[in-house]
Amino acid sequence: MTPPNLYLWLIPLLPLAGAAINGFLGKRFSRQAVAAVALSFCGAAFLMTLWIAARFSSLPTIPHIERVAPWLRSGDFTVDFSFSLDQLSLILLLVVTGVGFLIHIYSVGYMWEEGGYYRFFSYLNLFMFFMLTLVLASNYLLMFIGWEGVGLASYLLIGFFFLRDSAAAAGKKAFIVNRIGDCGFLIALFLMIKQFGSMDFSHIFNAIAQSPQQFPVESSGVGLLTAIALLLMVGACGKSAQIPLYVWLPDAMEGPTPVSALIHAATMVTAGVYMVARSHVIFEHAPTALTVVAIIGTLTAIFAATIGMAQTDIKRVLAYSTVSQLGYMFLACGVGAFSMGIFHLMTHAFFKGLLFLAAGSVIHAVGGEQDMRKMGGLRKKIPWTFWTMSAGTFAIAGFWPLAGFFSKDAILFQAFTSPYGSWIYWAIGLFTAFLTSFYMFRQWFMTFFREYRGTQEHTHDEQSRTGVSTPHGHGRGGVHESPAVMLVPLAILAILSIIGGWIGSERFDKFLAPVFHPAPAVSAAAEEAVPATLPAEGVKKEGPSENVLAMVSVGVAAFGFLLAWFLYHQRPELPEQIAVAFGSLYQAVANKYWIDELYSWIFVKPLIAISGIVFWRGIDQGVIDATLDGSAATARELSDDVRHMQSGNVRSYAGWVAVGATAVIAYMVWVGTR
Amino acid sequence: MIPLSCYLVLSAILFACGVTGFLIKRNIITIFMSIELMLNGVNLSFVAFAAQWHNLSGQVFVFFVMVVAAAEAAVGLAIIIALFRTRETLNIDQVNLLKL
Repeated sequence: MTPPNLYLWLIPLLPLAGAAINGFLGKRFSRQAVAAVALSFCGAAFLMTLWIAARFSSLPTIPHIERVAPWLRSGDFTVDFSFSLDQLSLILLLVVTGVGFLIHIYSVGYMWEEGGYYRFFSYLNLFMFFMLTLVLASNYLLMFIGWEGVGLASYLLIGFFFLRDSAAAAGKKAFIVNRIGDCGFLIALFLMIKQFGSMDFSHIFNAIAQSPQQFPVESSGVGLLTAIALLLMVGACGKSAQIPLYVWLPDAMEGPTPVSALIHAATMVTAGVYMVARSHVIFEHAPTALTVVAIIGTLTAIFAATIGMAQTDIKRVLAYSTVSQLGYMFLACGVGAFSMGIFHLMTHAFFKGLLFLAAGSVIHAVGGEQDMRKMGGLRKKIPWTFWTMSAGTFAIAGFWPLAGFFSKDAILFQAFTSPYGSWIYWAIGLFTAFLTSFYMFRQWFMTFFREYRGTQEHTHDEQSRTGVSTPHGHGRGGVHESPAVMLVPLAILAILSIIGGWIGSERFDKFLAPVFHPAPAVSAAAEEAVPATLPAEGVKKEGPSENVLAMVSVGVAAFGFLLAWFLYHQRPELPEQIAVAFGSLYQAVANKYWIDELYSWIFVKPLIAISGIVFWRGIDQGVIDATLDGSAATARELSDDVRHMQSGNVRSYAGWVAVGATAVIAYMVWVGTR
Repeated sequence: MIPLSCYLVLSAILFACGVTGFLIKRNIITIFMSIELMLNGVNLSFVAFAAQWHNLSGQVFVFFVMVVAAAEAAVGLAIIIALFRTRETLNIDQVNLLKL
């Protein structure tokens, strides 16, 4: 039975068409028309994904590969435009198109009063195109195209308010930091081409799985697969904002809030997790790389969570929270629980997308203010936003039975019990869960409880002072609830945040099993070849039961809630005193450990200095310019002398002709008589 | 039989006269005549060689030179007339508007 044609290529191409229409013609469209175009193409991609999901179980072969066109042909090495569909990419497709579509709807309301409406939706659709390409690609090179493309879309959207210097700088920062990661990714691709002569996922993974002699599990920590895995991780660190390349993500909050929700929380930043999970075969053969992934994930999780505790900008809290949650996903991948990483990716997309959109709704309500110290008491004034954001907050804090509980709990359980795991990961993860709960409820209490600390006139002052550059200048005055077009996506995401985890980690794992646990015959062969270097799959270490761990993590979340309630609701003067008491420690956290300053001193300033002195003044001005200018000056001086021969006097010309002729004749005579 | 060298010496003298006249004279008409003198000096050496070696190519070449000289004279004189009409001079040293 031949596999049916699912027209996979249409899914990415639909948003591209929307981006092209809005990008080229949108300037003349009305806002309604722009929104209609963007929504219909994005929604079409979503419907298409649903159609494919409905037919998924009847597919004869998984992964289902559709080859659209040849791309590169060079000797034996070929790369095609081909798309593949398996359980992993199906989940990512549903998340990207579903959450993406909701955020498109939300943006219609949120961006209504901003300039460049068509530009925004064109970029947003462009992002969808590249993200879907990334997810559907069946080879690393096509994935890389999507990978770079989402970086481009991210750059364009972070710098959407490009009149603000800070936005333009944040866009550049994101782009440049991502380049560092992409450099690692690219080198990994070259190594794969050299080793496997192909870029296809299936080809590479089969080659590794089927020849254990050639590709043993590199438990010594040295080897080609370890190198490839580590380089892939460098790429993932850049895209998914992990230590040491996380610095761009908090600054990316300069972009409009729906962008933060879509790109910098729900989808693009999880591309690194997807890539690591997709490459799980390589990582499983490189235990050292897995350990590195787990350590980076754990460190990032706790590191970003501590920073998040002291932020006062509502979006920056969420940004550090995103970095921290991405750390969880990498922790899951690092302990070999790839499906749990993807599970958390999915639930995180729901609740973090929701939190960002709700934060956007709050910002919208208070007229562009993002400082939580100037909010407060908004619970009654914007009840819809309050209730939906509460759902997101409880979900991310990990309260049963919301989505975050299931995925985070599964990760912590795996971190403890998996063959690659360790109680250290679990302990740090648990502490991070406490911090997460604390800073999220801190935000929740600061925003919605006690009395309103801003002033009604505040919005107008803000606007008249900063003029058009206000990030979100709604000048209506007074706190107001957002329109329905923004609340409906909030409500849907809130429901998803509540029920999204009910599928349960085990069923989720089972669904993804064909991707992550290959056919028994192959894995058995692989295990025979490498006896006893690692505990066999499926044999769990002795450890506490999942229920105990789950109760511990809920208890920790409750403790975070209580602490936040005590500090920010009951005794709001206490945090100040604590901050003073801890002095330097608080300063370090509030200033993000001076990491930006550190990078600036170590990398940016020396680079600028070297570029200025050596490359600019030294090589460019000293060598290149000097050579060209020198030759031009020489030619000018020479011709200045020569041009005086052209006096305008016909007889002097004739004289030169005679002299020349004489010289030629003399030469010929000399040659002839020699 | 007059030896070839006599013709060649005469040819050289004629050519040298032409060159000298071209270089020292200021009147365009005179310069023009000097050019003709040079051409005919060369023509003389052509026919001298042709007679010496019994080769008609030289003779034929002289006809070509004459034709070209005639054409050149027609064009040149026309230019000179046009020039005189605008500048009212035939002094070559005053016709230097195109110099740098």
